[in-house]
Amino acid sequence: MNSREDILSRVRANLGRTDSNALSGRTALNAYLRARPQGPRPKIDGDPVARFRAKSELLSSTVEEVSAANRVPQAVARYLAAHRLPAQAVCWPALADLPWGPSGIAVAARPATGSDLIGITGCFCALAETGTLMLCSGPDTPAATSLLPETHIAIVPAKRILIGMEEAWNLARSELGEMPRAVNFISGPSRTGDIEQTIVLGAHGPYRVHIVIVRGE
Amino acid sequence: MHFKARAGQKLADVLLQENLGKAKSKFVGMRAKAIVEVDAFEATREAAKSLRDRALDDLDLWLEHFEQQAARRGAVVLWARDSAEICRLVIDIARRHGVRKVTKSKSMLSEEAGLNLALEAAGIQPVETDLGEYILQINDNEAPSHIIAPVFHKSKEEISALFARTHQRPALTDIQALTREAREVLRPHFLSAEMGISGGNFLVAETGSVALVTNEGNGRMVTTLPKVHVVITGIEKVIPTLEDLSTLMRLLPRSATGQSISNYFSLLTGVRGQQESDGPEHLYFILVDNGRADMVGGEFAEMLRCIRCGACMNHCPVYQAVGGHAYGWVYPGPMGSILTPLFTGLENAIDLPQAATLCNQCGVVCPVKIPLPDLLRKLREKQVERHLRPLTERLALRVWGWVARHPRLYAISTQVAVRYLKWLAHDGDRNDRIRILGMATEWTRGRDFPAPEGKTFREMYAARKGKP
Repeated sequence: MNSREDILSRVRANLGRTDSNALSGRTALNAYLRARPQGPRPKIDGDPVARFRAKSELLSSTVEEVSAANRVPQAVARYLAAHRLPAQAVCWPALADLPWGPSGIAVAARPATGSDLIGITGCFCALAETGTLMLCSGPDTPAATSLLPETHIAIVPAKRILIGMEEAWNLARSELGEMPRAVNFISGPSRTGDIEQTIVLGAHGPYRVHIVIVRGE
Repeated sequence: MHFKARAGQKLADVLLQENLGKAKSKFVGMRAKAIVEVDAFEATREAAKSLRDRALDDLDLWLEHFEQQAARRGAVVLWARDSAEICRLVIDIARRHGVRKVTKSKSMLSEEAGLNLALEAAGIQPVETDLGEYILQINDNEAPSHIIAPVFHKSKEEISALFARTHQRPALTDIQALTREAREVLRPHFLSAEMGISGGNFLVAETGSVALVTNEGNGRMVTTLPKVHVVITGIEKVIPTLEDLSTLMRLLPRSATGQSISNYFSLLTGVRGQQESDGPEHLYFILVDNGRADMVGGEFAEMLRCIRCGACMNHCPVYQAVGGHAYGWVYPGPMGSILTPLFTGLENAIDLPQAATLCNQCGVVCPVKIPLPDLLRKLREKQVERHLRPLTERLALRVWGWVARHPRLYAISTQVAVRYLKWLAHDGDRNDRIRILGMATEWTRGRDFPAPEGKTFREMYAARKGKP
């Protein structure tokens, strides 16, 4: 007997599986997958954008707001200058059309490599409950851009700030049909507490996460 | 060596005791703060328990559904009965794809299998990338002492000396600088490894995905950059839906480190698309039994709900006193005292079910409501049934059982015993305690034994009733 059959047959025997209860079990399984009941949800009142902002800051991200997408490049340039970071970045190919030119920063719309210092991404949506970004990988939205560079700058349209993870799954189901290769939930800069339970930012991923919320549109 | 002997060594280890003292209660305090944010925390625990049970009660069906969905997205699902099979499968995959270096994010299954040694023996270089696991690997493959904080037992001074020795760099004292050094050393490995190995916090049947919870970002690195990704996880990790995943994610980071959400939480499904610039071209799942299938539907099935948060050990007075290595295998603390005997055989973990005070702190904090003390007690019953307790204990219980079935003899022997104990307690001006009890010297070494009144309960009861 191969390992799969051996393992599954012992599981079946221990569960008292028969042909008939397998049939009813599968019916129940499919019904559950259709219903997808939610668990208890924490109460989240007030403006989701304000909550998202406050929670993000608690996670050591920095946040600013701009009134329109075409103002993002200037905001990014100001942030980089204020933190004495190089004015040279990679961005998602999906963001190639933003007016980067006049901002004075050199932005290449290509996948990130190990030596890029600044990575600029958008997001699929964001979650007010925990101050979390949700990024979906794809040809124009590579996963490494939010991971390899020391600084991650994320552009978040205010209207894409949802309450919690359940809303995000539903949005992904309706807009994407099925889950992308990688859904990455990002909650602040990379960190570790492995040495003496002391929190240090910038373990293997970014040291800094800066979020630019875009109002309007 | 058994738990008792190892625990004795750990208690006498001055440096370890100092390190444990420093670490103590940080997680406990952070968890207490984090759970208050979720107003429905109790209801969420209840929901998590029932959704884990839902999956386990039809485990075969949910695994089959997971397998179909994962395969539909281009993943290969493999099954491993035991540690040897895990190692064989991983080495086969590595050879098939011409892999020479593997980056690993934390996987307890890999610890169960002793995978690093097997890879090295096969000429494949494994590189642990979780900071704690990396520290252990360069310290001659030391075992982790905590399931989420592998170097819980080490001070920064020890780590600093280890780094200086291994990296041939000047010794650093600052934790931030040590972390930076590990980042610099590991980054080239991330970029050059051909294969990444991760564990899996959950398998989602609905989508055929693995969910990975990390803070450092190493989990994302090893699942994004190499051309091959291998997930090694237990068959019990499957859950039905993404909604269920959301419920569990309100509990896992809070129960583990006291974070409301971990820094990174990834849902990975299938292989890289044709136009994509990153992600693995080959994805393998190794679904592991290693003792789990036999627990399904049985008296220890509740233990399969475990989501490996570590809250039970963080709150365990025994774990806090002796650290994780005293438990002798991969999983320490209360969950380990149950899993180790079940996975490796009760006869190989002879006193682990005794490595607990049954105070139920673990049961109170468990996010999926596993009745850990009840399961420990059940294991103790199994030990007695299988005659695995020491000869003296078995004899003593047999004698007691025989005496207890002979009421007259029982009355006389208890009368003698309480008088003897009262006499033992005579000690100058105090006579309410026994400082050294002949048959329990170990017990009275750390505390006094309270002295009895000098009469048995039955004697006093009879006197009260005014009868002879």
